[in-house]
Amino acid sequence: MIEDAVAWVLLAAVAAYACAGGTDYGAGFWDLLAGGAERGRRPRWLIDHAMAPVWETNNVWLIFVLVVMWTGFPVLFQTVFTAMWLPLALAAVGLVLRGAGFALRKPTRRLARRRVYGAVFAVSSVVTPFFLGAVVGGLATGRVAPGTKASADAWSNGTSVIAGLLTVAATAFLGAVFLTADARRFDAADLVGYFRLRAWSSLGVIAVLAVVGLVVTDDDARYVHDGLTSGIGLALVLAAVVGALATAGLLYRAATGWARITAVGSVALVVLAWGLAQRPYLIPTSLTVSQAAGASTTLRWLMLVTVVAVVLVGPPLVLLYRLDTVGALQPLTEADLRRTAAGREPESP
Amino acid sequence: MNSAIDHFLADGPPQLLPARELMAFTLGSHILLVPFGVALPAITLLMHYRGLRKGDAVALLLARRWSAVMAVQFAIGIVTGTVLSFELGLLWPGMMGRWGDVFGLGFGVEAWAFFLEAILIAIYLYGWRRLKPWTHFWLGLPLPLAALMGAFGIVAANAWMNTPRGFDLDASGNPVDVDVRKAIFTPMLGPEYWHFVVGVVLTAGYVVAGVYAVGWLRGRRDRYHRLGFTVPFSVAAILTPVQFVLGDSIARSVFHEQPVKFAATELVWKTDTHVPEYMFGRLHPDGTISGGIKIPQLDSILAGFSPDTKVTGLTSVPASDRPTATQATIAHWAFDIMVTIGSLLVLLALWYGWCWLRNRDLPRSRWFFRCAALAGGACLLTVECGWITTEVGRQPWIVYENMRVSEAVTDTRASSLWVMLGIVVVVYVLVFGAFLTVLLKMSRGWRLADEGALAGATAGDVEGDTPYGPRPLSTTAGVDGGRE
Repeated sequence: MIEDAVAWVLLAAVAAYACAGGTDYGAGFWDLLAGGAERGRRPRWLIDHAMAPVWETNNVWLIFVLVVMWTGFPVLFQTVFTAMWLPLALAAVGLVLRGAGFALRKPTRRLARRRVYGAVFAVSSVVTPFFLGAVVGGLATGRVAPGTKASADAWSNGTSVIAGLLTVAATAFLGAVFLTADARRFDAADLVGYFRLRAWSSLGVIAVLAVVGLVVTDDDARYVHDGLTSGIGLALVLAAVVGALATAGLLYRAATGWARITAVGSVALVVLAWGLAQRPYLIPTSLTVSQAAGASTTLRWLMLVTVVAVVLVGPPLVLLYRLDTVGALQPLTEADLRRTAAGREPESP
Repeated sequence: MNSAIDHFLADGPPQLLPARELMAFTLGSHILLVPFGVALPAITLLMHYRGLRKGDAVALLLARRWSAVMAVQFAIGIVTGTVLSFELGLLWPGMMGRWGDVFGLGFGVEAWAFFLEAILIAIYLYGWRRLKPWTHFWLGLPLPLAALMGAFGIVAANAWMNTPRGFDLDASGNPVDVDVRKAIFTPMLGPEYWHFVVGVVLTAGYVVAGVYAVGWLRGRRDRYHRLGFTVPFSVAAILTPVQFVLGDSIARSVFHEQPVKFAATELVWKTDTHVPEYMFGRLHPDGTISGGIKIPQLDSILAGFSPDTKVTGLTSVPASDRPTATQATIAHWAFDIMVTIGSLLVLLALWYGWCWLRNRDLPRSRWFFRCAALAGGACLLTVECGWITTEVGRQPWIVYENMRVSEAVTDTRASSLWVMLGIVVVVYVLVFGAFLTVLLKMSRGWRLADEGALAGATAGDVEGDTPYGPRPLSTTAGVDGGRE
């Protein structure tokens, strides 16, 4: 029983990372496609300002996912990191480059350097979610079981590639929706239309990929395919589709605040549907939740730690997003840092 | 060095060496940022408090600038730290697969604490302009607590690797009957934790103060530099003697809890009483020691306050269960370098304290500032040394006396790991190089702006575009106040 609860926590953390981290990766995706230094100046300005206060928090979900994995389901962690060695190693390198590129671009003035940092940030924003998605897709195919050695086949098959592309497309969708809202918040009327168009196009791409995915997974990832096309899995997927369509409509009506909620909702529902489709497996069809579960005392403590953390972290998280959306969070400007020469007169001896 | 590599190669599968080097390199890089991640917010808040309390514009300016540095440093720290979580799976899946549910909970605490820290730091860094000054300060105040909590989780996991507790082994050697409380509160937790916390705070203090010591030496003897030096240096100087005592106490804890590790760090070959202390020196595989300074009886006295204290030697366990002679020498040197630097820093702190008591002023000697400028770098070196001591001294175990490093390692091909190590080294060199460049550029830009403003080319135009933000408090002193 307790292991099911921890599995739900894990799924919730994955969903949270998909939504929060996904929004971030998506911003990087649009940074990549923003064009040359002149043409992309405005969108990049918005991306910079919108992401800066929250990107670190958004990415901490990943650490939580890893911790719940190895504390709650040690065998799952061992299996995934052994069999999916290369994509995960590349994702880790991507994470470093992405964070470093973004953080270093901000305080840098010279255009040439800004370009380099920006390119590193943007490219790794696309590569990292692709690999993470490919890992999830590979797990769904059943190519991996406890004891499987690392192989390219585990993550370079049709399902993996589609899952990777879908992940990138979903991040692009989330990123575009949030940036549309941010454009309104920062009074950048020109960028509202710019990002709204991109949100719609990414929805179109997602639809195409989803159809291809349905065909590919039909015999490549039978178990998950069945789970997603029947029963509760199907219901959640349909709800996600409704959410996505609602997002498109809300963007048209310029109700960007609501659009953010429906967009996050539809991505979270897809993650939830995928988790339920895998039931009772963590890795279909070789490792169930109860087989992978760690010691039950540890799991109970993990739940306790989680509850305490929700109480402790929840309110500040809400406060952060709240302060961010009302515009109370602004980066220090050069002027703040140079504002005075007070105290720089030589001291009298 | 060749013999060192031979020794590493001697045991375990071929992928062990690159896996170990990769872990060592990434952790060794990340650990340099840890003192700032944990302690820079606290030091900044201290300066911030002073600025608000006394209406001190200079203190507020320093706090704002340190925030700007923190923003970049924290980001690099987050990404290099995330890599380590990945590596636990990519390099040591055997350890996590078998022991994850026994000792992983510490990481659970750490993950949430870190989450809190990321949230609070975002609010703090981006709250300067629009939040009310005191609200901003109070929202930042829990930051050091969250950092201490996170450090607790990580150190708990490491302490467990040193003194694993809280489980029984079944017939096939798998852990059963996990007792989480015992697994977290292991014997090494207390000593490691306090040694770590005090160590990172004083390191951050000395490094920050060192920046202003350099400025002072270059003739920038103004209130800005005085304050930037005094606040972090005082914190570090007060903690230095404390750390000396804590360091002594953790060495004795290792003596009791991990006698073989203690034997390695002190180069004790045979179990004996009246054991001499070696300063540096090199242990050979036959048990002889060459070089170094030998002080009779001292090791026994340090370990148990009496020359009759019996000290366990390396040979008390089979060769396969203890560090090799080379590993012991590495741990021993790391330990001795740490102790030497620690002792020198105590002298520096006393020098500072003496001048403060006598004259209520900074020491006048240029040599003091030269030493202070070097203290930060020396502290970072001790952080590396402390970590090397504890990790190399534990060899060949990843979980002390329960799992060997070679049993935990991934079965990924050695060649892939070497390639990955190459990529990671290149990426890290570029990232850390760019990070330092950015910091230097920021600092240079601020100095030029300050000097420009002082020379009369007022900063009026840049001020024009900041209608809000740090309230008039910041203009109650100095040039700004004069102009108002």
